[in-house]
Amino acid sequence: MLKNVSLTQQGAHAGAPPGKRRKTWIGRELHHFKNNRELFLLSLPGILYKLIFAYIPMIGLIIAFKNYRYDLGIFGSKWVGLDNFRYLFTTDTAWRITRNTVLYNTAYILVGTSAALLLAILMNEIKAKWSKFYQTALFLPHFLSWVLVGYVAYAFLNHSDGFINRTLESFGLEPVSWYQNAAPWPVILILVQLWKVVGFNTLIYFAGIIGINSEYYEAARIDGATKRQMAFKITIPLMAPIIIIMLILSIGNMFRGDFGLHYFIPNNSGFLYGSTDIIDTYVYRALREVGNVSMSAATGFYQSVVGLVLVLSANAIVRKINPDNSLW
Amino acid sequence: MARKFEFSKLFINLLFTVLSLIVILPFLLVIAVSLTDEKALTQNGYQFIPTSFSLDAYRYLLDAPDILLRAYGVTLTVTVIGSLTGLLLTAMTAYVISRQDYRYNRVTTFYVFFTMLFSGGLVPSYILITQYLHLKDSLWALILPILLSPFNIMVMKGFMSKIPHEIIESAKIDGAREFRIFFRIILPLSTPALATLGLLISFTYWNEWFNAMLYIDDPNKVPLQLLLVRTLNSIEFLTTNSEFTGQLGIDLASFPNSSARMAIAVLAGGPMVVIFPFFQRFFVKGLTVGSLKG
Repeated sequence: MLKNVSLTQQGAHAGAPPGKRRKTWIGRELHHFKNNRELFLLSLPGILYKLIFAYIPMIGLIIAFKNYRYDLGIFGSKWVGLDNFRYLFTTDTAWRITRNTVLYNTAYILVGTSAALLLAILMNEIKAKWSKFYQTALFLPHFLSWVLVGYVAYAFLNHSDGFINRTLESFGLEPVSWYQNAAPWPVILILVQLWKVVGFNTLIYFAGIIGINSEYYEAARIDGATKRQMAFKITIPLMAPIIIIMLILSIGNMFRGDFGLHYFIPNNSGFLYGSTDIIDTYVYRALREVGNVSMSAATGFYQSVVGLVLVLSANAIVRKINPDNSLW
Repeated sequence: MARKFEFSKLFINLLFTVLSLIVILPFLLVIAVSLTDEKALTQNGYQFIPTSFSLDAYRYLLDAPDILLRAYGVTLTVTVIGSLTGLLLTAMTAYVISRQDYRYNRVTTFYVFFTMLFSGGLVPSYILITQYLHLKDSLWALILPILLSPFNIMVMKGFMSKIPHEIIESAKIDGAREFRIFFRIILPLSTPALATLGLLISFTYWNEWFNAMLYIDDPNKVPLQLLLVRTLNSIEFLTTNSEFTGQLGIDLASFPNSSARMAIAVLAGGPMVVIFPFFQRFFVKGLTVGSLKG
């Protein structure tokens, strides 16, 4: 052992004698690495984690092109080419889940962003003491899981005893079987989503607004600007970077739906799949309830690739218009 | 400024009061149902004001608290281990990325950031965890999949790149090496960001149900949220669970079904609702730090 160590030390000296600067590319890179190795070591746990839990699953996507069998494993299973995709796109499932995912996300983005922005601007107008109180109230649902929100929804929508149906009955109206009637669900889901996230988004925008230099507003006030003019001419333009970054991120997630929202609020009711099913709930059911692994992987593959294309194009468009606002 | 009555301010306050009520009332309904007598529920339905008050639901749940306590234990364990490890790894990775003089800065940033844009999706991760890492029915299956989020790393990095580089330089001159600089200087200086992210991460762990749904079958390892999922999914769960019925000989006909479900929800969600207002102010601060592009 000892001999070995001294040998390599000698070797290192022999390989890079002082004065002679004949380093190869690899030698130079090794030299740099030596200088940076402590920082590299600090990042190593994170890098290894991402390798195992993010990058290796990307390789696992080849399952989408195979007929996966648990006993044969990923590499032992038979190749089937595009069969899984062909099957997915010949049924109307692919169209249904794609349409639902995209439309719901568009609605969530539009309704959520405008509501949160409006509330943030309004919140800036009132006394800090009160706005703290409202923030706390609106923020509350953010800390609860979708499962719990599912209970809250159930307390309102449950067929026989739910609050809404009992109220309808007391007015002499017919109760509605909410969990069997697909038609009202787009409205229900949008309302529940808004209820849960509006407080958080308001807070993000509010944090942005209080970061704006108050001199802008002072100057505008001296020039006799109205509150509305200040909102449109100062607040919104200065908030644009945050709004746009949030928008790019949400456009990139256009193909990634909120599983919890679409699984627990409709209570995974089969009657409602037509209007509540999104790619994520479909992938989960195909994997866990139907047990069609390859089909599920193919759907996930489709989701990941289109999602990547979406976020890249959203960013490219923003960079064309105004490079400062793009994500990278 | 002169204190004059402003109609618009009154209107805005009124609007926020109504919105706050809309957000809070649904919780009150759940609490009210959990406190209502089961017979009154079938007669009058769910109401905000209980017609006949009863603690039966809680009594049933707390008479055989094993399931709930175990679920609390699992959730607490996972939250503590996950938050501490996750926070440390997030800080370590973010710090390295925040160092402009680090040679592999851009590569590492891209490496981390890319996982936000593209992922293998559910199935490959599921197979990796169940078939290759053999983590099914292990608490690690609840901790590992959400340990390190690129978004948190970016927020942390935003904070750390504001720490003046001169501090690091002078520490180096004094002979400190990178590990010492990180643990002795950077971490203490990052306390506000660590607090915010630590809270965010621990809330994520506390509310985690998806991985539990995927990987946990063992009844001894069911976390709080999965207990809720199962209760929501099947009204039969409580009544068929031998631990509740068998050992106590509960008469199933009089078992408080609806109110018990809501009582479980209150017991599981209650701590969060009570604790969270105390942390509110950290979030506003932390978000101001992280949300602005640096």
